[in-house]
Amino acid sequence: MPGQAWLVIARAGIMTMLRKRAFLGLLLASWVPFLVRAVQIYLAANYPQASLIAPTAETFRQFLAQQDFLVFIMTIYVGAGLIANDRRANALQIYLSKPLMRSEYIAGKAAVLFSFVLFVTLVPALLLLVLQVLFAGSFEFLQKNLFLFPAIIVATLLEALLSTFAMLALSSLSKSSRYVGILYAGIIFFTAAIYGVMVAITGSTRLAWLSLGANLTQVIDVIFRLKPRYATPWPVSLIVILAIVALSISVLERRVRGVEIVT
Amino acid sequence: MRWVCEERSDGRARPEPSWNSGNPKHRISKDLESMEVVSAREPHAAAKTGPVVHLDAVTVIYGANRALKGVSARFEGGAVGLLGPNGAGKSTMLKALLGFIKPSEGRMTVLGLDVAERPMEIRARIGYMPESDAHIPGMNAVSFVAYCGQLAGLPAVDAMQRAHEVLYYVGLGEARYRNIETYSTGMKQRIKLAQALVHDPDLLFLDEPTNGMDPKGRDEMLELIRDLGHNKNVNLILSSHLLPDVEFTCDDVIVMDKGQVVAQGPIAELKGPGGRVFELRIKGNLPAFLDVLRQAGMEATSTDEDVMRVFVPATAGAVDGAANSALPLFALAARHGVQVRHLRPSVPTLEDVFAKAVGHE
Repeated sequence: MPGQAWLVIARAGIMTMLRKRAFLGLLLASWVPFLVRAVQIYLAANYPQASLIAPTAETFRQFLAQQDFLVFIMTIYVGAGLIANDRRANALQIYLSKPLMRSEYIAGKAAVLFSFVLFVTLVPALLLLVLQVLFAGSFEFLQKNLFLFPAIIVATLLEALLSTFAMLALSSLSKSSRYVGILYAGIIFFTAAIYGVMVAITGSTRLAWLSLGANLTQVIDVIFRLKPRYATPWPVSLIVILAIVALSISVLERRVRGVEIVT
Repeated sequence: MRWVCEERSDGRARPEPSWNSGNPKHRISKDLESMEVVSAREPHAAAKTGPVVHLDAVTVIYGANRALKGVSARFEGGAVGLLGPNGAGKSTMLKALLGFIKPSEGRMTVLGLDVAERPMEIRARIGYMPESDAHIPGMNAVSFVAYCGQLAGLPAVDAMQRAHEVLYYVGLGEARYRNIETYSTGMKQRIKLAQALVHDPDLLFLDEPTNGMDPKGRDEMLELIRDLGHNKNVNLILSSHLLPDVEFTCDDVIVMDKGQVVAQGPIAELKGPGGRVFELRIKGNLPAFLDVLRQAGMEATSTDEDVMRVFVPATAGAVDGAANSALPLFALAARHGVQVRHLRPSVPTLEDVFAKAVGHE
């Protein structure tokens, strides 16, 4: 099956993760916020006294923001070893001696992390939208907020894209998944800290583009038609995100090879 | 092992290995456990149909280091050894053939396909056993080999079936559900061979397959390779710096040194004509007896005061009705009144060829 090897890699990677009890626990935990939101929607739809907590478009944005921490944990748990472990075990030369291109290998590995990130963001967010229609017994909310459907899809895809490629690039740089995990967390916290210092110094949020997380927040706010929370223009944040993805792909192109040449 | 073209579970027929095509009676049983040869085909009759690998003035450069210097070589079908000291460029050549490294000059073909233009088709038809430890983390042996089969294009069910068969063939049948990370060095070498074999490749690249193995494991691995090359008629290229390994498993050899091919051809031919070498000590006129031996068609050299090294061609012995024996020497000594005080037989080895080719004593 030419061009299908990435599916084999993705399936094997997903199955490997699902065999880990700790990971199954993390997956279950990541759906707890969904259950809370589902109860909220149910109560609002069925009890007039609970109209205060009736869902709005912002509710879905808040839900995705709540999932950010779980996405962060999952990215480290799933993604840190995706390529690093293969490099440690010299598996790349096994993979690349088979009839598959480097891009297929990367696509297969990316699909593993991408799937899990979407499983804790896109899937529950869309389910919440469906539940809202079911519990309310009408399409009124959906018709008023029709943009939510594409907004959820675009926002979660963007988040998954950024975290997947950034993590894969880091994973390709080392043979130690622990080191990769620490490096990823370090980059997230360090960029946020730098931004925080700059806010303290300048008193402005114009330099929010320095923070990886702030860029994503800024763009997703715009996607959900909310007022951006930082002074950085959202196109700048989008450019930073796309630049990081492009840089990650470039790193992967250089690092994923059948032979490591040291000159 | 299914060496015969069969229908896959997805209904598609597998491409038949080139060496297994042609006369159906020459086909080999699919049963790997018995590995019974059901044909009476001549060894290598199908395998030796032409060069499986061809390099034409290939140069590979790592920074300032020229790993391959305008290498031109032809690997005929069957078992071919790629021999050379460490750093000779053997692994670089294999990696270039796999498409891992792009040569700065030259052209390479594998199984008639251009490496630069059709690498995917080539990789679908070859099996590669890398030199270093290599496995997919977190998998047991059967999952790993089946996974490699799927990556090579086999449907999942077929890949799993083949994985079991191949693991039994390489002697890991009992340990196939163990995590590979718990394997010994010898077992890891075998699992690498298994993953290279799982998709019925037309050509095997074996890079230092006995590295790190104990003597018993090494012998077993060499037996496996010999069996593949001679009984299963798999085309294989064995890269090694160990002369006995190549001599035991291969019929042809390409000797490399410092990024260049310094000798190539059938091992038997490179070792010279058939015959035996004897170390001889005599009492008598040494120079005169040397002349006598040379006139009799033998190669004789004096190595010490009264010691000589004599190559007795098979034909010289055959004349006297005793091929490969020392009888012609004794006959000549008796005829010329020379006493033979010491005689130690020796044989020309690949080591002699190697030493001569790379210019070592």
